[in-house]
Amino acid sequence: MSDATLVLIVLALGTFTLKAAGPVVLGSRALPLRLQRVVDVLPAALLAALALVSTLSDGRSLSVDARVVGLVVAGFALWRRAPFVVAILLAAAATAITRAIA
Amino acid sequence: MADAVTDDDLIRRAIHRQAASIVAAVAPFGIVFGASAANAGLTLLHAIGFSTLVFGGSSQFAAAEILGDGGSVVSAAVAGLLLNVRSLAFGVIMAPALTGALWQRAAMSQLMIDESTAVGAAQDEARWRRYGYLVAGVGVFVVWNLTTIAGHLAFSGAGDLITDLGLDAAGPAAFLALLWPRLGQASQRRVAIAGGLIAVALVPVAPPGIPILAAMFGVAASRLPSRGGAS
Repeated sequence: MSDATLVLIVLALGTFTLKAAGPVVLGSRALPLRLQRVVDVLPAALLAALALVSTLSDGRSLSVDARVVGLVVAGFALWRRAPFVVAILLAAAATAITRAIA
Repeated sequence: MADAVTDDDLIRRAIHRQAASIVAAVAPFGIVFGASAANAGLTLLHAIGFSTLVFGGSSQFAAAEILGDGGSVVSAAVAGLLLNVRSLAFGVIMAPALTGALWQRAAMSQLMIDESTAVGAAQDEARWRRYGYLVAGVGVFVVWNLTTIAGHLAFSGAGDLITDLGLDAAGPAAFLALLWPRLGQASQRRVAIAGGLIAVALVPVAPPGIPILAAMFGVAASRLPSRGGAS
């Protein structure tokens, strides 16, 4: 079995458990407040890590290349309230242009 | 009320409008996921498997990213799961509206994502919460899978094309776009900065995938007092 298949199976089963826990098990009970607080902020930590690591990492070393320009441009576009698709296209275009020039 | 039917029609139409705009917003994400999966070396079947069986945008991106970087099975799966822990909270919010036989509750749960919960939770009555959740959930499911396939087909075997067009920056930009709405809140900002710093600091010393997992300790930053005492 390939790594991707294994990840797919584990992630699918685990995700389904998380999704179904509320309607199937908990019913109308609430989560403990402390757990709720962690659940609220956890995605911010991981999404920031993913954005930075996927921009700056080159295997196991940090590198600054054209993708950084793309991320900065995406950030600027989002700050200017651009729709998702516009931010992505501008990021790609900025990265492509930077590469073509460099 | 005499005009109860009309009221129902109005609510139903309002829900359809909300669901339609949210479904349309998902389409470009699906294309980018398909392309990212292809870029990470996942087959079309794997990409479809992730979009049907996992059905959680950010966790699918994370798993594909870590697999593409040569990260371990454990780090890819755990990072993906951590991004779906919020489904637990969504389930708690939606549970009172998602009643029925066990198999029905289980089946409806598979649609538990940001978009379906947002549309469902925005309604006042339980029956409309359920309706909004299901309409948005099914709509996003169909569009997400179709665009995943389109993105993968368009960009598989196009390694040079992906870098020439700068599409390898689409993944990072997508993560930033998913993060963006959270940054308005001070505690979320602190956690994002802490998580990002932890991950970047670990890249040179830890195997791929581990920096992303370690970022979860950034949640501790949510408890720090704000600077200047204004919290």
